[in-house]
Amino acid sequence: MSADFLGLSRDESVELLRLMVRARRLEEKTAESYQMGKIGGFCHLYIGQEAVAAGAIPALRDDDYMITAYREHAQAFVRGVTPEAIMAELYGRTDGCSGGFGGSMHMFSKDRNFLGGHGIVGAHLPLAIGAGYAIRYREGDQVCLCFFGDSVVNLGAFHESMNMAARWGLPVIFLLENNEYGMGTDIRRVAAIEELVDRGRAYEGLTSVAIDGMDVLAVRQATAEAIERARTEKRPTFIEARCYRYMGHSMSDASYGTYRTREELERWRSDDPILSYHRRLIDAGRLTEEEYKEIDHEAIANAEAAAEFAERSPLPEAGSLYAHVYSDSYEHGIGRRDAWRAELS
Amino acid sequence: MAVLTYREALSEALREEMDRDDAVFIIGEEVGEYDGAYKVTKGLLEEYGEWRVRDAPIAELGFAGLGVGAAMVGLRPVVEFMTWNFALLAIDQIVNGAAKIHQMSGGQFHVPIVFRGPGGAALQLGAQHSQCFEGWLSNVPGLKVIAPATARDAKGLLKAAIRDDDPVVFVESELMYNTVKDEVPEGDDVIPIGSAEVKRTGADVTIVTYSKMVHQSLAAAKTLEEEGIDVEIVDLRTLRPIDVPTVIASVKKTNRAVVVEEGWPACNVGAQMVDDIQREAFDWLDAPIARVTGLDVPMPYARNLEKLVFPNADHVAGAVRHVCRGG
Repeated sequence: MSADFLGLSRDESVELLRLMVRARRLEEKTAESYQMGKIGGFCHLYIGQEAVAAGAIPALRDDDYMITAYREHAQAFVRGVTPEAIMAELYGRTDGCSGGFGGSMHMFSKDRNFLGGHGIVGAHLPLAIGAGYAIRYREGDQVCLCFFGDSVVNLGAFHESMNMAARWGLPVIFLLENNEYGMGTDIRRVAAIEELVDRGRAYEGLTSVAIDGMDVLAVRQATAEAIERARTEKRPTFIEARCYRYMGHSMSDASYGTYRTREELERWRSDDPILSYHRRLIDAGRLTEEEYKEIDHEAIANAEAAAEFAERSPLPEAGSLYAHVYSDSYEHGIGRRDAWRAELS
Repeated sequence: MAVLTYREALSEALREEMDRDDAVFIIGEEVGEYDGAYKVTKGLLEEYGEWRVRDAPIAELGFAGLGVGAAMVGLRPVVEFMTWNFALLAIDQIVNGAAKIHQMSGGQFHVPIVFRGPGGAALQLGAQHSQCFEGWLSNVPGLKVIAPATARDAKGLLKAAIRDDDPVVFVESELMYNTVKDEVPEGDDVIPIGSAEVKRTGADVTIVTYSKMVHQSLAAAKTLEEEGIDVEIVDLRTLRPIDVPTVIASVKKTNRAVVVEEGWPACNVGAQMVDDIQREAFDWLDAPIARVTGLDVPMPYARNLEKLVFPNADHVAGAVRHVCRGG
């Protein structure tokens, strides 16, 4: 399958590799900065799952929408948020893509129609169908791509969203990244279904497919087909991309040892999305080892530069504390209830 | 000026705002073909079509979130909850979603959405259908909370809510839809969010209240007038942002305050008002502030017990007498 690189030009096919390499190097730098105490809070890394973001997101148009959960640094990057803005957000600085108000889990970009990273499992699926509803409402031909993890298939929000999307013909692509674990719980221990993709079969008008999420071209192909179905037929698709995260659920847990084994991790790593795609490009004569090294060096330098940028970016001022609570000025009883804090006046 | 019921005033506001702005749409259970569980959306499906008046499945979390997503990309949804009791299924979308997205995105995404429906007790609906959640919701930065008492305020504030760029919680009342009628100015009478109104001027004591308790308080004021107690009634209208200056000005004039609400006593709107008053007008008070609330129990079904729980004009009058005369 996809031996012809789906009709992508040489440059386009190499670009997918570049995106994966840059995303991984950026996450590795994030882990390093986190361990140095420069990044706070919860921090969920995407390492191992790069083929999903790089396969799916570049198939969108600029005027399409994208929304996701909290493992979203790499997705934001592939969507076109700059590494500088991502790293500055992680550092809690004003130049962050959410001005330092969001952090690791809440990156947004209005310019890139990126409707954000959301921290409550599954709660953003209804938002995705809202974007889809607005597209139909305005008789547009955009789509909304919605990423989420495997634990979402057991939530009401998943079914409520799929039901409405299918019933009303909303142009939404539900892209499940099945990395097998919801935090530390094997999805097979808590889902009363063998194949998660079958959850989608309950809904007439919804196309459901399962793909190899470690294969960037397989993801690209399935997503492109889903996008086309949404654009032209106004029908939603549910894609289950089977993948794996190499790191723990967040920076707070080990990558193996408690709920999964080292052997399992190593088995998935042997099918690494970057290495296997790199091999395919080389075999097809689309890439040389030198070019790959250059891509990698550039990615490392890029991540370093992003961290340096974040380091230099100013902290948000205390005076900005109320700036975004509401769209209009913050007045009357609420602000005055904080008046006892002398440092604010 | 035309005299409208509370229900008619809400319907007019919806219709006028839908005519004014193509981005306004309604979604909720029974809002279309059924004409609305309480008929607030009567006739709108026929007039505006199914994309603007959308009958939703019974899936509050899903359709409330649909509204939030649509608002993020520029529509102005009015999400109807058949009652606020059912909105608990959607509370995550209201509190974690709508209220947070503007700030979490560093001000990039606005969420211009209205969540509306009736709150509070009606008649013998039992524990799950007789609750006031506006106090909870007023606790949340990022939300605006409105609870109007008159037809005029219902219309003017719903129009303001729909035009507002932030999420607005709009709490109506089953008991007021039909029974409350008053003069409503023709045309665009938009009432600013965050402005209280003195519904009755008086010299001796300030009653601070909102929604249906405004009417119980007006009834109490009539009785008290005959006893020589001149009551001022401040209708908060908006609970967040709350118009503390109007309350404080009134208390500084009357030197006494009674705070009245339908809901439970603990951590509720009235408790917060007492704090605001003691912080800003302690030296003007001639007596401790009294509170009138519903009783601290889930609502029982039996008619006599329900009546006992619900605060009425007699309770309000009693509290006022206590504050004015002591004992």
